[in-house]
Amino acid sequence: MSTLLEVSGVSVSFDGFRAINNLSIQIAEPEMRAVIGPNGAGKTTFMDIVTGKTRPDEGRITWGDRSISLIGMNESQIAQEGIGRKFQKPTVFEAQTVRENIVMALKNPRGPFDLLFKRRMSGLEDRVRGISDEIGLTDALDQTSGALSHGQKQWLEIGMLLAQDPRLLLVDEPAAGMTPAEREHTTDLLVRAAKTRAVVVVEHDMEFVRRLNCKVTCLHQGSVLAEGSLDHVTKNQDVIDVYLGR
Amino acid sequence: MNNSFISRNPSVMWFLLCLAVFTFAVTLLSEASGATFISTSFLKTLGKTLCLCLVAVAMDVVWGYCGILSLGHFAFFGIGGYAIGMWLMYERTREIVETSMSANVLPPTPDEITTAIGSQIFGVVGGSEFPAIWAFSHSLTLQLLAVVLVPGLLALVFGWLAFRSRVTGVYLSILTQAMTLALSLYFFQNDTGLRGNNGLSGLQNIPGLSDVSQATLSLWFFWASAVALGLGYVLFAWITAGKLGSVIRAVRDNEARVRFLGYHVESYKLFVFTITAMVAGIAGALYYPQAGIINPAEITPIASIYLAVWVAIGGRGRLYGAVLGAAAVSLMSSWFTGGSAQDINLGFYVVKWTDWWLVLLGATFVAVTLFFPKGIGGLFDLLPRKKGENA
Ligand SMILES: Nc1ncnc2c1ncn2[C@@H]1O[C@H](COP(=O)(O)OP(=O)(O)OP(=O)(O)O)[C@@H](O)[C@H]1O
Ligand SMILES: [Mg+2]
Repeated sequence: MSTLLEVSGVSVSFDGFRAINNLSIQIAEPEMRAVIGPNGAGKTTFMDIVTGKTRPDEGRITWGDRSISLIGMNESQIAQEGIGRKFQKPTVFEAQTVRENIVMALKNPRGPFDLLFKRRMSGLEDRVRGISDEIGLTDALDQTSGALSHGQKQWLEIGMLLAQDPRLLLVDEPAAGMTPAEREHTTDLLVRAAKTRAVVVVEHDMEFVRRLNCKVTCLHQGSVLAEGSLDHVTKNQDVIDVYLGR
Repeated sequence: MNNSFISRNPSVMWFLLCLAVFTFAVTLLSEASGATFISTSFLKTLGKTLCLCLVAVAMDVVWGYCGILSLGHFAFFGIGGYAIGMWLMYERTREIVETSMSANVLPPTPDEITTAIGSQIFGVVGGSEFPAIWAFSHSLTLQLLAVVLVPGLLALVFGWLAFRSRVTGVYLSILTQAMTLALSLYFFQNDTGLRGNNGLSGLQNIPGLSDVSQATLSLWFFWASAVALGLGYVLFAWITAGKLGSVIRAVRDNEARVRFLGYHVESYKLFVFTITAMVAGIAGALYYPQAGIINPAEITPIASIYLAVWVAIGGRGRLYGAVLGAAAVSLMSSWFTGGSAQDINLGFYVVKWTDWWLVLLGATFVAVTLFFPKGIGGLFDLLPRKKGENA
């Protein structure tokens, strides 16, 4: 297990409000990590910073075996480095079919001319099938993704994330809007993914977090409040005060 | 590759078939074939309409598919027209000047010929010197290259600057409109060397083909326009199909999300913006020899706004919609403004269509936007279709 992502001393302010305050987190590869914390703790903003959407005011973010800095890289470069993201509000391309969504995400050359001239990608159909089987959407492949249920959209987005074949998956509230059975399936998906990759899951549902059975980081006001096993974190008095006790 | 591509896209095949039938029918009915149904001037209108359809298809790709409401594509069209117009005018004037001078007692020197051509062309703006911008006007090859390369380069540089700073939506439209305005003002200036507001004229006379009647020439241009539209349609259908098309539409719907999938959105926008500008240039180069004249008024922002209106009325996001919109609106426009439409006498007021046509067009645009956002092309969705077939 080696460190894949290292966030150290990162701060971000929005109009004077410190959303992230001297935050330091390390993620190894492979690893499953759950991030919890009250609303507004900065969980989504943490993902925004790692994926290049928000630029930190200070701090360092280093990535990979050669510890390159992610700061200053744009979103698509960071994505190509192998960081994939699922958004809190599921965002799939609703006007397009499930298949088109998955194909777009599949790890392949990403320039316009690559797509124009390399039409036939070997094993494309098999790879699409593999993903759609895993997320249970094989029957819906040719359906417009806008017509999917909320839970199915969540899965499609997780499927797109897997299709990207990233080294680090940042998954923001994957179980929202899912039935208990769907949640269980989602846990399985993520646990399987975490066997070979780093997976960071933000989730409010403690039952879900327990099933992930992994190290937990609790954020509060933009920095780490507690970190360790779920039992260790949930017994922490500060965590009970700001999050669990309410 | 193209064969299988076309067979996998039935709407492309249907379009090409309709275009071929139309071309064939018009040819049979035209004066050049001895018929009298289609006059030469109407044939020119039809040929010009095909060129407008081509630029509309390009506009549909950049706006309807990629989501960039460009108010500059008709300027690219005009630049294509200017590029070919310079050669036409230079070469045609040279022919005339050399013929008239060959009667002189002393054979004219090359310098004298150049000065004579210059004063013929630039007399209207009080000059006879060739401005630098005409440096290549003697060469058909170079001017043909300019038809594609000048709009292409302009789009590339402008697009790179605009997309790189992530200007999107309305602001991007305003920026493209500013570019168009600046271009048209540049063309209006006498100093530019493109004859200011006189523009270029006599473009219907093709050098070296003075023996060919206008009826025949018009038919040739009509064919060329039809071929260009067919090829352009296939090109854009190919670009907007498959994974590339998928990414382009995704950029339109949520470009931020596309970035997180690892795509460099700016490259895609630049690719679409530039290639459509180049095709617009080609369409313009075919249009203006049929129109006979081009002037800077053709390049003003309003022309590009009309282009957007055609595409909106025809139906954004489907190529045949753009063709239908451009054809319907431009043909109706020439019918209403050409004096063919009867004025309506209301007793207390006479509705003159030359004035009221624009009001009608504006009202139609508003109505389509509000009530039929899919435009004319949306009517095809009402047709029963086989399951799994994709238009
Ligand atoms: N772009 C922005 N501009 C201004 N304020 C922002 C921005 N993004 C986040 N914030 C603020 O930063 C704080 C942290 O937000 P963030 O979305 O990271 O919280 P979160 O932990 O994901 O909460 P939740 O559990 O509700 O999703 C919030 O107070 C939020 O209002
Ligand atoms: Mg959040």
